[in-house]
Amino acid sequence: MSEDDERQESPPSDLEFSSNKARNYNATGSGSGQPEIQSPYSDQVLENVLENVLHFLTSRRDRNAASLVCKSWYRVEALTRSDLFIGNCYAVSPDRATTRFTRVRALHLKGKPRFADFNLMPRDWGAHFNPWVLSMAKAYPWLEKVYLKRMSVTDDDLAMLSESFTGFKELVLVCCDGFGTSGLAIFVSKCRQLRVLDLIESEVVDDETDWISCFPEAESHLESLIFDCVESPINFEALERLVARSPALKKLRLNQHVSIGQLYRLMIRAPQLTHLGTGSFSPSEVAGQGDQELDYVTAFAACKSLVCLSGFREIVPDYLPAMYPVCANLTSLNFSYANITAEQLKPIIRNCHKLQVFWVLDSICDEGLQAVAVTCKELRELRVFPFDAREDSDGPVSEVGLQAISEGCRKLQSILYFCQRMTNAAVIAMSQNCPDLVVFRLCIMGRHRADHVTGEAMDDGFGAIVKNCKKLTRLAVSGLLTDKAFDYIGRYGKLVRTLSVAFAGDSDMGLKYVLEGCPQLQKLEIRDSPFGDAALRSGLHHYYNMRFLWMSSCRLTRQGCQEIANAMPGLVIEVIRSSDEEEMDDSVETLYMYRSLEGPRKDAPKFVTIL
Amino acid sequence: MSLEEGGPESPESDVTINMMSFEDTELTLGLPGEGRSSSTTTTAAAVVNGAKCSAKRGYIETVDLNLGSCSSKPRGHGDTSVHDSGAGKPPAAKSQVVGWPPVRSSRKKAMNESCKYVKVAVDGAPFLRKVNLQAYSDYRYLIKDLENLFSSSFTIRNYGTCDDDKEESKLKDGAKGMEYVPTYEDKDGDWMLVGDVPWNNKNFSNMFKYCKLS
Repeated sequence: MSEDDERQESPPSDLEFSSNKARNYNATGSGSGQPEIQSPYSDQVLENVLENVLHFLTSRRDRNAASLVCKSWYRVEALTRSDLFIGNCYAVSPDRATTRFTRVRALHLKGKPRFADFNLMPRDWGAHFNPWVLSMAKAYPWLEKVYLKRMSVTDDDLAMLSESFTGFKELVLVCCDGFGTSGLAIFVSKCRQLRVLDLIESEVVDDETDWISCFPEAESHLESLIFDCVESPINFEALERLVARSPALKKLRLNQHVSIGQLYRLMIRAPQLTHLGTGSFSPSEVAGQGDQELDYVTAFAACKSLVCLSGFREIVPDYLPAMYPVCANLTSLNFSYANITAEQLKPIIRNCHKLQVFWVLDSICDEGLQAVAVTCKELRELRVFPFDAREDSDGPVSEVGLQAISEGCRKLQSILYFCQRMTNAAVIAMSQNCPDLVVFRLCIMGRHRADHVTGEAMDDGFGAIVKNCKKLTRLAVSGLLTDKAFDYIGRYGKLVRTLSVAFAGDSDMGLKYVLEGCPQLQKLEIRDSPFGDAALRSGLHHYYNMRFLWMSSCRLTRQGCQEIANAMPGLVIEVIRSSDEEEMDDSVETLYMYRSLEGPRKDAPKFVTIL
Repeated sequence: MSLEEGGPESPESDVTINMMSFEDTELTLGLPGEGRSSSTTTTAAAVVNGAKCSAKRGYIETVDLNLGSCSSKPRGHGDTSVHDSGAGKPPAAKSQVVGWPPVRSSRKKAMNESCKYVKVAVDGAPFLRKVNLQAYSDYRYLIKDLENLFSSSFTIRNYGTCDDDKEESKLKDGAKGMEYVPTYEDKDGDWMLVGDVPWNNKNFSNMFKYCKLS
């Protein structure tokens, strides 16, 4: 399942290259000292040794550190880096990246900031994949893998990807847009070595092209095919044939146009699957398909390796019992599109002892969460999504469910919880019961909503989280919050890297506490909070250490932002207005600010002003 | 108010499937409470435009489910969103803020499409029923279920819900062995049978005005 995994990050080494940290390590040495046996090739030998050793270094952070030791290490590290991660596509240009790293096999690239997912940024803001694919086509003909998140990818880009890299193996597109089924068709037809095609939460235009039929007819190397986000129907017969000729297929996630009867046919052809997205999980709309008569239980029972189940897009709950045989082995279950009740969940969940990741709709109510807490002792990640995502809707889950989970699932590391009512007491309880929490995201959907029992702000609850959860790196706050909550975050949230704030705080002090108190802060996204220019200034010492700052509907002015731009040439400061606004008065609707080696980008649309 | 009490018409169960042409069963969705005019429309099997629901409804007009006309608007830029679940909730009093709550639009869209409860009224029945269209894969099953739902209302014999495995919540008058049926009056003034909508369903608790056992 898609996740915003928080991998370790350190500032790009380029920015620090001119710092004093580089020691000048000279292998041949000066003439003084012991007369060692010095062959003219010792430099070369050392470099070879280094190269061999550095091959083993995989962590990004370790590599960045190694590259700072000296020029020699910098050079060798650059030669041996095969996985290139770029957290902001505008922080560095494609040419700069390909010049430094010459032997890259895998590229991981991220584009738009996360708040773009919620319509807070006009379309066509940027993050185009095109310049990257052009640059890499020349620099890395051996490229095998591309992972893109929140990038704009066109059909032409997909075509170029498939044509430029003969050994291309893996394409993963998360939250991307700009392409359609015809782009997919070209891509799959030309990538003869394709192993992975994962389309996750991406927008795919329906050009009415039958892309599934475009996979080459020969036996395929496919290991993973994920297309549950594709909203257009697919050619099922072609899919069935494709699955039949893909003996290595382990992950298959279908879209909602695949009926349960069709799912059955695929499952019996691919019992080796480990990850399955079940499509609609309801019978075909075409009469006379006989979907009801198939033996689904046996089909599930045959999939002995199944550990991850998702889909259930249009679930008819009568078919749920079919999955009983696999429950005991499941480590990951995504019911977040399944509108089921607690009663319907219980028979399933009571067998899922090994479950570590569980995504679900709040339709299961607090009672359903209590059932989860009883059985799922290994739970690491929980996400509870709202069926009715409106501020004033009824809330089937509350502090009761949160409390139950905290008491039952002590190993919890990551939680995303949407609700309408919450109490400080339950949040405090979770902070005490789940000390391993790394990610805590609570979304109380009503804006400025207080603790519904005490009427107080939610400050103490979030304060307890940052205080007690010593491994916390990601936090999202909500509900009625005063500056005090931010004081707590600044004081105790020393490892926090990502912070999301909405409709919170009283004054500039709130933001100041955070900018001054959180040394690991990388990504800060704020909306509709009363923070202004003075608060913005208080982060000057830290902005070069951050990937980005987003502030929308706050109290910033052009002048305030211009001051920052003048003080910090290494930052790109984008003032974004909604695309229909022509006038530019002094107030800033949206600020998006990030460090970059390249200065202002040349592809900015009209509604973006770069200061 | 569509409740017909003691009306002279014969129960709609006389209408059989054979008599319905495809157009007759064309479904249009009307929000209860919306466009209710005092003028009666004919009971002929005309396609009822989604916006209008007549006060007096025959069987065919009642089952109106045109999903296109009342679909909820995309939630960009502070539009008030219109619910199409037939739950009878008027547009939200607060206008929705852009991008809040932070749920991706693909997910919101999938949720809107996954659950459609509509009210069904039959002349002569003491209460209305609610049916989740999404649970049916075919018109045949829908109509069959509707027949089952309404045939029982005339004998007041079996009104348990079919989606849960819960026991029927019958209340017996110990002395006389009479059975009671719980019904509630919803916001539109219709009398609904308790139990058709899952307990946890959105807006459910907003539906009640009165509850009575009859």
